[in-house]
Amino acid sequence: MSNIQSAFENKKAFIAFITCGDPDLETTAAAVRAAAENGADLIELGIPFSDPTAEGPVIQGANVRALQGGVTTDQIFALVKELRSDVKVPMVFMTYSNVVFSYGTERFLSTCHDIGIDGLILPDLPFEEKEEFQPACRKYGVDLISLIAPTSENRIAMIAKEAEGFLYIVSSLGVTGTRSEISTDLASIVDIVRQNTDIPCAIGFGISTPEQAKKMADISDGAIVGSAIIKLLEKYGKAAPEYVGAYVKSMKDALR
Amino acid sequence: MTNPNGRFGSHGGQYIPETLMNAVIELEEAYNHYKNDRQFNQELTELFNEYAGRPSRLYYAEKMTKDLGGAKIYLKREDLNHTGSHKINNVLGQALLAKKMGKTRLIAETGAGQHGVATATAAALMGMECVVFMGEEDTVRQALNVYRMRLLGAEVIPVKSGTATLKDAVSEAMREWTSRISDTHYCLGSVMGPHPFPTIVRDFQAVISKEIKEQLYAKEGKLPDAVIACVGGGSNSIGSFYHFIDDKDVKLIGCEAAGRGIDTFETAATMNTGRVGIFHGMKSYFCQDEYGQIAPVYSISAGLDYPGVGPEHAYLHDIGRAEYVPVTDDEAVCAFEYLSKTEGIIPAIESAHAVAHAMKIAPKMNKDQIIVITISGRGDKDCAAIARYRGEDIHE
Repeated sequence: MSNIQSAFENKKAFIAFITCGDPDLETTAAAVRAAAENGADLIELGIPFSDPTAEGPVIQGANVRALQGGVTTDQIFALVKELRSDVKVPMVFMTYSNVVFSYGTERFLSTCHDIGIDGLILPDLPFEEKEEFQPACRKYGVDLISLIAPTSENRIAMIAKEAEGFLYIVSSLGVTGTRSEISTDLASIVDIVRQNTDIPCAIGFGISTPEQAKKMADISDGAIVGSAIIKLLEKYGKAAPEYVGAYVKSMKDALR
Repeated sequence: MTNPNGRFGSHGGQYIPETLMNAVIELEEAYNHYKNDRQFNQELTELFNEYAGRPSRLYYAEKMTKDLGGAKIYLKREDLNHTGSHKINNVLGQALLAKKMGKTRLIAETGAGQHGVATATAAALMGMECVVFMGEEDTVRQALNVYRMRLLGAEVIPVKSGTATLKDAVSEAMREWTSRISDTHYCLGSVMGPHPFPTIVRDFQAVISKEIKEQLYAKEGKLPDAVIACVGGGSNSIGSFYHFIDDKDVKLIGCEAAGRGIDTFETAATMNTGRVGIFHGMKSYFCQDEYGQIAPVYSISAGLDYPGVGPEHAYLHDIGRAEYVPVTDDEAVCAFEYLSKTEGIIPAIESAHAVAHAMKIAPKMNKDQIIVITISGRGDKDCAAIARYRGEDIHE
């Protein structure tokens, strides 16, 4: 069993997303610790990319701020290494294919292994292209997380059968960002997933309130929240970790 | 030349969000069906000939030939097409395909505005809704084309993210497509993006080289020695090259926008300054920094101002079948003025990059050799910007 699955053991998982380097790496470290201490079961660390095509305006903004601050992949590796001395929850990277490819896929994943990264999410890598990164992920014990979308339909079983770590179910059409309503028939998607794999599945995109998180976690194994946390970082800057901690606690409490 | 997974050598592929996968699979299946459908091809030929004004002329540029004193120069006049550029070839094909697929809405990105205008035109003709994404900076550089699109009934959305140019317009169109797929076709404007776009767009643009071959054979009874075209994403160039790829004696030359020079950061010459990466759905060459962040690129030409290049070009580059040369802003502006004064033809500033390279190599070639330059578009849209480049403050 991969370390990622420990995040789902006997509980509904709350997964927090934080863009590294927004507004700076010190704040990222404090926000990650605040999230972990307040009940986040898994943390997605975003490595910023210049052109994040799957992101809505909120996370695009975080990418811009982080890159303007000069953050690099190497600095993020150093941050994770430092965090790993006390943060025990599973951590995965979320970034775009070119960030990994350009660094050197082998070098990127061997570093992930060395610093204690458990998984990798690439929103621009569909099932058909996963051979690009899967061999190196396997070699270094990093789970390559697959995504399922509202449009996946006949593809759900195929994707679920080969999934590793956990399955990321995209709640809605479009890009990341908070939504007042999620209308996709997610229960049917989760049903097909369950028929094809034992690995856990969590729902993300559009979730911001404890009520939404509970609703999503009730039909799956957990809820993923990104933009709502990024909004706190955007609003409070260096003072954000305290607010992130309180927010994560309110979300996790709703899942208990 | 495409393998089943949409690869050109190691380039190409489908690096897109899962949300879009069924849409591109559906598109591929529809295209594979209709490309051999007699009625589809008849309708497309009718649109090409009766609406867009094809075949475009292959014009012998006699004054230019004599002035340069070397190879005989022919101009493939894509600028004479309806809407003023080669973009209409691809758009008519994709709009017809989208209509057959039951789509009622076209979205598109545009740089110089030529592809946006062509898409807005096809949408008007076929009674479809149209939304065009255009970098905010480009809406300023190409204000006239923004008006043309609106006049044709399209909604133009200025894109403010990133560098507010073509790459950001592509990103925003992709984001829009993920949010609305069932009734919407993304009418991609170049031989780029995820499979099957590079193949579909190439096939619709290949009419250019098909005609060049036939027209030159009628006029000269032989193949050209060189075919020269400008390369941004690379649609007019792959269209100009395609039917000559197997004719190994025909030199294929793509002209990239070097901006202020390939030794500066203000360039868009992807093959000459970039390296292999994965972006906008494809593996190909991209201008990027050491961490894979896509570089801001620069060219005087909004249509060549893109940090990547189509995967088939990347492959032709790798195997040495085509040559990709950088042409600076200054050289392109000189060629823009030269062709206007010498032949009475005002080329698009994009096409002027190809003219500039021909001006360099034609004098060194023999008089019995033949160069074909693709004039991908007309230059009216560029006049105000070139005047400003020369220090004349005129307004459209």
